Amino acid sequence: MSDTAEPIKFFEKRERAYPKRIWGKYRKLKWVTMIVTLAIYYLAPFLRWDRGLHAPDQAILIDMPARRAYFFFIEIWPQEVYYLTGILVMAAVALFFVTSLAGRVWCGYTCPQTVWTDLFVWVERIIQGDRAKRMKLAKSPWGFEKIWKMAATHSLWIIIGALTGGAWVFYFNDAPTLLEQIIHLDVPWDVGGWIVALTFSTYLMAGFAREQVCMYMCPYSRFQSAMFDKDTLVIGYDVDRGEPRGKHKKGDSWDGRGDCVDCTMCVQVCPVGIDIRDGLQMECIACGLCIDACNEIMDKVDRPRGLIRYDTTHNREQRLAGKPESTHVMRPRTFWYIGVLAIVGGVMLYGLLNRSASELNVLHDRNPLYVTLSDGTIRNGYDIRILNKTHDDMVFELSVDGLAGADLRVQAAGDPDPGALLVYADGVAHFRVFVTAPKPPAARSPITFTAKNARGDIIETYSGIFLSEGR
Amino acid sequence: MSEKERDEFTGVETTGHDWDGIKELNNPAPRWWLGVMIVTIIWAIGYSFVYPSWPTLSGDGERGGTTGNIGWTQYSELAESQAEILARRAAYLERFENASFTEIQQDPALYAFAQAGGASAFKDNCATCHGTGGTGGPGYPNLLDDDWLWGGTVDDIHETIRFGVRANHDETRFSEMPAFADIYADDEVADIADYVLSFSTDGAFPARGKELYDEQCSLCHADNGTGDRFQGAPNLADAIWFYGGNKTDLVAQIKRPKHGMMPNWNTRLDANTIRQLAIYVHALGGGETE
Repeated sequence: MSDTAEPIKFFEKRERAYPKRIWGKYRKLKWVTMIVTLAIYYLAPFLRWDRGLHAPDQAILIDMPARRAYFFFIEIWPQEVYYLTGILVMAAVALFFVTSLAGRVWCGYTCPQTVWTDLFVWVERIIQGDRAKRMKLAKSPWGFEKIWKMAATHSLWIIIGALTGGAWVFYFNDAPTLLEQIIHLDVPWDVGGWIVALTFSTYLMAGFAREQVCMYMCPYSRFQSAMFDKDTLVIGYDVDRGEPRGKHKKGDSWDGRGDCVDCTMCVQVCPVGIDIRDGLQMECIACGLCIDACNEIMDKVDRPRGLIRYDTTHNREQRLAGKPESTHVMRPRTFWYIGVLAIVGGVMLYGLLNRSASELNVLHDRNPLYVTLSDGTIRNGYDIRILNKTHDDMVFELSVDGLAGADLRVQAAGDPDPGALLVYADGVAHFRVFVTAPKPPAARSPITFTAKNARGDIIETYSGIFLSEGR
Repeated sequence: MSEKERDEFTGVETTGHDWDGIKELNNPAPRWWLGVMIVTIIWAIGYSFVYPSWPTLSGDGERGGTTGNIGWTQYSELAESQAEILARRAAYLERFENASFTEIQQDPALYAFAQAGGASAFKDNCATCHGTGGTGGPGYPNLLDDDWLWGGTVDDIHETIRFGVRANHDETRFSEMPAFADIYADDEVADIADYVLSFSTDGAFPARGKELYDEQCSLCHADNGTGDRFQGAPNLADAIWFYGGNKTDLVAQIKRPKHGMMPNWNTRLDANTIRQLAIYVHALGGGETE
């Protein structure tokens, strides 16, 4: 090794991408997706859904202080958070499924990181101009023009960030009320904190981090490659047709050369700054902008479109072997993903349809386990909770079965009758309950608690135990 | 100055430190790391002005240290939280003070207030002898059952807590069983014990046992052994024994009775806490109504 040896680089220096404007099928699809997803994001909290007097009328609401989550006709309590788990499992499997079919289309079209980055690049372009102008501005010394253009860009980014963060908090509060508070700058400190935090995370992620989020932070982008197989649609440059590449003058012959005219348009429009002609790369988010760019050029040089296109490895193999192309949508991989989706969805649906409107929980005393009374009978103490998930007050009749001579008493203010226990709408009632019985033969006897509402359409049971020293 | 050694692979200066042939390079600290360090130093300077940080020899400021610009200390925060809780409690306390036991037991809010206060006072003061669950132990009454030495209504319990048992107070609950070892021989005591056991077991007993019981014990414990709460004489006919229910325990208690003691809490706890405790103990399961 000599003194002139290049020092080893441990980190690659980032080359900022300045995506060029392009128009085409996939760009159009991206705009539509952006408008639709952003519209859903910003407007959904304002949808109303009537749930009666005792519950909020916001269609989608996560009410943290009251510990309730609402989604149209679905309402869950904290202990039912497995529905959320189920949704996340389904979302993950759906992502696997889509990825195995069409590659990283989630990344390219719908991922918030992509959508907001797209939006931010659009702002950048409106103020600073297209790729060449932006690159020139970035290199130019600081002057009046650069200062106002940068200031305008960053201000707009922060405004978009604030709207984004501002929209997020609507999902956790009554949206119209909060909107009014925000307009009057009278927001609770926690809400304000979230708006500020999300404003700056949006600003940072979509304004600066951009494709680095996909490359270094996002776990999905990495393991999505594991779902690829040779029937997965990926964006590819048709090497067989394109090479050998080279500049082409109008009128020159296309014989003996490839269709690629080496215009580098595909590189210039790429939001992650790669050259798709080097083959499928980890950075590629499958957004299709290079396809639009290449098609435009192919039209100009009067060659067929699709030098860069969504294609499968299998198709290439078929072409090389001189066989017809064919697409396999149903393969073991996709079959399994659909199967898992159906099972999880079915379990969720079953759970949702059979969701009980109330619950009965019984907790046996631990200290002491039982009390011997003066006449030799045994008393056990229980903490009983009755949940009323409906939006009406309910009266429950509490009883015990399975133990000879058992007597039930509720210890509470006003000595309530166990036959008429009031549980408020959307509430949990706690009762201290004593069960007294002649000393049973076993140290541990099964006992069943039953809570029945006055109308008799809800019957909850709980299998508990009755303890004594045994005979 | 001698020339610095350079690592031949990376071209970076070495520090001259060498461990088993491995040399430490003199790379600068990462910039982000340096940035974080500088920020924390700046932060610390600001912090030390805003919050109490520096101890002072003279003991100036609160608790011997600088007070900080905003005057915050852990003590002031504690005082604030306590004041907040007391203020919240005051709303209930006034109603609680003016309500009778019956009224409290009918009012869910006051009842919950009494339960919460009673539970916490019980664990602080009573659990030492009666246990955290209130089950007591040999010589310490079980407060969950329905057997009461001095009465189980909430008023009785209230009085027992206030003045104690055999405590240093004029109105304390007091009873004293004589030591029968001084009066009776061992075999006579054994006969009495057999007779006492027969109340609850219907077992056989020697005639002399009944004779001696009627002569000496029935005055307090009643003819059929049901005891007398007015005198604090335990019920001998039920399933619950204070100092143990087998014959050995009985003989020991008859010969040289043990006498437990409970302090009068009226001088240690305030009146409202004692009322809360009375309601709490009454609700443990064995409370009696008038």
